[in-house]
Amino acid sequence: MEVPFRPLAGVSSIDFPGTHPSRDITLDPVDRLHDCRTTMPSVIQVSGVRKTYGSTVAVDEVSFEVNEGEIFGLIGPNGAGKTTTMECIEGLRTPDRGAITVLGLDPFRHAYKLQDRIGVQLQQAQLQKRIKVWEAVDLWASLYQRQAIDGDNLLEQLGLTEKRDTWFMDLSGGQKQRLFIALALINDPDVVFLDELTTGLDPQSRRAIWDLVRGIRARGKTVFLTTHLMEEAEKLCDRVAIIEHGRIIDIDRPQNLVDRHCPERTVILATHDLSAEKWFRTIPGVEAVVSTDLRWTIRGRGDDLVTEVIHCLSENRIPVTDFRTILPNLEDVFLKLTGHSIRE
Amino acid sequence: MILRGLWKLTWIEIKIFLREPLGTFGTIGFPVLVFLVFGRLAGRRLAPSSLATSSFIRVGLPVLASLLIVISSVLSLVTIISIYREGGILKRLRATPLRPQTILTAHVIVKLMLTAATLAVMVLAGKRYYPIGVHVPLVSFASALLISTWSILSIGFLIASIVPTARFAQPIGAIILYPMIAVSGLFTPVESLPPALHAVARVLPLTYAVGLLQGIWSGDAWSSHFRDLAALAVVFVVCTAVSAKVFRWE
Repeated sequence: MEVPFRPLAGVSSIDFPGTHPSRDITLDPVDRLHDCRTTMPSVIQVSGVRKTYGSTVAVDEVSFEVNEGEIFGLIGPNGAGKTTTMECIEGLRTPDRGAITVLGLDPFRHAYKLQDRIGVQLQQAQLQKRIKVWEAVDLWASLYQRQAIDGDNLLEQLGLTEKRDTWFMDLSGGQKQRLFIALALINDPDVVFLDELTTGLDPQSRRAIWDLVRGIRARGKTVFLTTHLMEEAEKLCDRVAIIEHGRIIDIDRPQNLVDRHCPERTVILATHDLSAEKWFRTIPGVEAVVSTDLRWTIRGRGDDLVTEVIHCLSENRIPVTDFRTILPNLEDVFLKLTGHSIRE
Repeated sequence: MILRGLWKLTWIEIKIFLREPLGTFGTIGFPVLVFLVFGRLAGRRLAPSSLATSSFIRVGLPVLASLLIVISSVLSLVTIISIYREGGILKRLRATPLRPQTILTAHVIVKLMLTAATLAVMVLAGKRYYPIGVHVPLVSFASALLISTWSILSIGFLIASIVPTARFAQPIGAIILYPMIAVSGLFTPVESLPPALHAVARVLPLTYAVGLLQGIWSGDAWSSHFRDLAALAVVFVVCTAVSAKVFRWE
């Protein structure tokens, strides 16, 4: 039986004694973002990267920058080129063309120097079946030139203290992922790479891991992650790049992408007033009104639509028994930009 | 730089190996069992005075068992490397400041220690259960065995590079390595093999390992086996160089 992992109380920041003692970890992460975005320099620069496997072009003309202190997400369906892009940046693959700089280093020529300063979690990685949790952390801590952070403390922060003597093969999926996060953080890295971190986890473990990732950001680290889960990107990332068929389609904050590509708004309400439809059609910005069984779906564009609908309801004294709005999200942006759902 | 993490990784790999009792027993137990069981059978069935029997019991069987030790170690390496590759363990280890050579060196050290331990078990068990006393220049023979293992482990890396999946690692390795014993000069002197087989035997590394092990077990001086040592060194250099080119990390 696995005891469900609960994130630490309060703001989900991981506090590592001895590191950044002066950093104010209770600072609201959302506030932090705003000033990071405009003032922080970029720590990863990717420009014109192309990588082919045989005749298959995995990524092509990929360019973007990741700013210090942000959570940057590369999002797209499986096979879009996310992992290839990330592994080129980590120095595990060499691009055929293009330039990459991470923390001012060339990932290929300065591979070991770079490895010392970054933390990596690979997609679908395993460890030795019978390695114990503490042994893995201890081994990893010995590999870095930088002063490693306290392993026991890290395990405690990640809720793995009880599992420190457990073999890797006996851990649950969520515990394995948390161990991989521990290994990615043990050298107190400046940039953390997380590839499909929550794939295959149940929603509860997923949320707990999101909190951990926010905690990494709260300590001033930069996080670069890939995901094919739009909800994850939306809730976690400060900025996202949408990638499909090896090309980046657009890059921005999730909300900006939604505003830019999906201005549609939908209101669904229930009323017995059969004459309401004619009022609905006069609302500014409305494009379609559809009714089924006394439920009305009102579609239109612009942020004002919901306000206008409410205004119309109160002005015409239309009795309403149900009211909800549907706002577009990244999923819709993806559909709009690529013509298909990310799940297809 | 190559030393960073080497001892810790080696120590962890030893512990991990011992945590799989069946695998440990198979790797260490099989050569020792062959040594003891065949030794007793041969000792009982055949007239002890027969020349063939005494030569087989005195040198042939111990060297055969030693070869099995070498091959067990190499097969174990092939299996582990292919499992580690398939599971992404090699890739994960590479995404650290760890040098690739360090990762592979750790495995070579573990296998050499395994070889030495198996030889120790064999000699100790032999003292008690082997039909004739085991009198052998132990330090020299252990060195010869480790040199042979080291050389043939490099073939193991080559095999590990070509096996498609971990499932096939053990069988493919076995198919490549075990038949080499047949023409290695252990049962029939290489010189008396038919010309075609003779040529094959000359290019197979096990032939030189057998020459070395037989000689040292019988008390030869190292200097009379310079050719075997040189051949094993060539095998090591060539296989290591080719592996460095073709080895797949994922």
